[in-house]
Amino acid sequence: MRNLLPVLTIVTAILVIWYAAAVALNAQWVRDQATRAGHELSLPALVEATWSQDKPKLPAPHQVAVEIWQTTGAMVLAGRGFSKRSLFYHSWITFSSTALGFLLGTALGVALAIGIVYNRTMDMSVMPWVIASQTIPILAIAPMIIVVLNAVGISGLLPKAMISMYLSFFPVVVGMVKGLRSPATMQLDQMRTWNASPAQTFWKLRLPSSMPYLFTSLKIGMAASVVGAIVGELPTGAVAGLGARLLAGSYYGQTIQIWSALIMAATLAAVLVGLIGLVQRMTLRRMGMA
Amino acid sequence: MSSNTVISAQDLSLTFQTGDGPVHALKDVSLDVGKGDFVSFIGPSGCGKTTFLRCMADLEHPTGGSITVNGVSAEEARRNRAYGYVFQAAGLYPWRTIGGNIRLPLEIMGYDKAEQARRVSEVLELVDLAGFEKKFPWQLSGGMQQRASIARALAFDADILLMDEPFGALDEIVRDHLNEQLLQLWDRTDKTICFVTHSIPEAVYLSTRIVVMSPRPGRITDVIESPLPKERPLDIRETPEFLEIAHRVRDGLRAGHGDEV
Repeated sequence: MRNLLPVLTIVTAILVIWYAAAVALNAQWVRDQATRAGHELSLPALVEATWSQDKPKLPAPHQVAVEIWQTTGAMVLAGRGFSKRSLFYHSWITFSSTALGFLLGTALGVALAIGIVYNRTMDMSVMPWVIASQTIPILAIAPMIIVVLNAVGISGLLPKAMISMYLSFFPVVVGMVKGLRSPATMQLDQMRTWNASPAQTFWKLRLPSSMPYLFTSLKIGMAASVVGAIVGELPTGAVAGLGARLLAGSYYGQTIQIWSALIMAATLAAVLVGLIGLVQRMTLRRMGMA
Repeated sequence: MSSNTVISAQDLSLTFQTGDGPVHALKDVSLDVGKGDFVSFIGPSGCGKTTFLRCMADLEHPTGGSITVNGVSAEEARRNRAYGYVFQAAGLYPWRTIGGNIRLPLEIMGYDKAEQARRVSEVLELVDLAGFEKKFPWQLSGGMQQRASIARALAFDADILLMDEPFGALDEIVRDHLNEQLLQLWDRTDKTICFVTHSIPEAVYLSTRIVVMSPRPGRITDVIESPLPKERPLDIRETPEFLEIAHRVRDGLRAGHGDEV
């Protein structure tokens, strides 16, 4: 409850700025309409008109809220919560490729990190490529991944998940390399005095030591996965998913639809990152580290 | 080398190659440690006392001479788990309870569950930590953590205990108390202990033999056999015999430093 006041203050500030920006951006169109119709506009009428257009440059918050409600809660009440017009349906499509990509990315990231920590050759050779992979704009290679995979007969969920994986493995590699190397020299010497095998050192010392690093990386990786899934939906001409909603919205100038899809995507990412935070708290508490 | 020699070093040398040229951490060090001895290594920093201990533990590789532990090479002794090693910091795993930390080497060495539990409670008793098995390290004081790390080194019942300034980071009162307990423990378990310290009273109070070392190159300058009885109350430190040995140790340290002070 202590956090409520600051949070509400920020939310209020954002809403005020948003409404003001909606007036500023949409006013020109309202004035043009009024001039053409040949009548004067009072200030309240102008403001009212900027907040209620069908295709505004910037929709007002309540317009987005109404659109979100109509495509989520209202459809659930009408018993069509999972119809193709529902944002839940589109979020589910995006979530499924996000989740698959995140799992693949985490597995790849952890595997590469283990290789880098245990193998000198990999340490010297893999890391530059890992970093180089992230300097390539994902928008540029996303269509190529889709096309190439399509050519070898892979389509549907996997190509989109590959793009999520591409974005999410990087923070996991970097975090896990640091985490697996975090045990002190003394702790490694200690393992040596007990004549522990490399596998025992890994499972009993290196892996538990890396947990705080892993969870931090997973949070970043999850957010990157959501971005990857949405980007993956853009070039495919996909008909479903939050990315497809964004694209369709921009084709038809449906700014309200774009904004509602954006906010849905942000909510999805926040929920997923929050879930990882929850698992992190439970795990570290069970390990006596939090 | 008599039949009850446990650790034997002959002309042991170790040279580190650094950017500033070679550093002679140890040069021609020869020493025999007998079974049941309590040997302290004392000297200023850089005299190689810790390096010598690490050579016994096969954590460093000598560049000259030879060292045997239990009659075999240091490496083979390490593989046989011939010694327990106590580091300067307790180094307990924060994600394991005290019991879990002590169980760690037992798990690694493949003891069965029942045997692990039996040994954990046995060594906890030995270091006076019974009842703390389920606590996490952060719930214990520094002295108690160090006792837990000694318990961990004792858990697999190696005959040799190598201790590298185990009480260096603790305050005087805790240190006295732990020294007393360590002597009782040594008396009860009949282990061979090699103990690195830079405290003269600690070395004299604990040891049957005191090895005085000096730096550049790291070497042994004096080996003092302690005439003190095995039974040592804390106030033995005020007796003339005690002060006389302490004096000799101090002289030895000063002689090793002579050219620089």
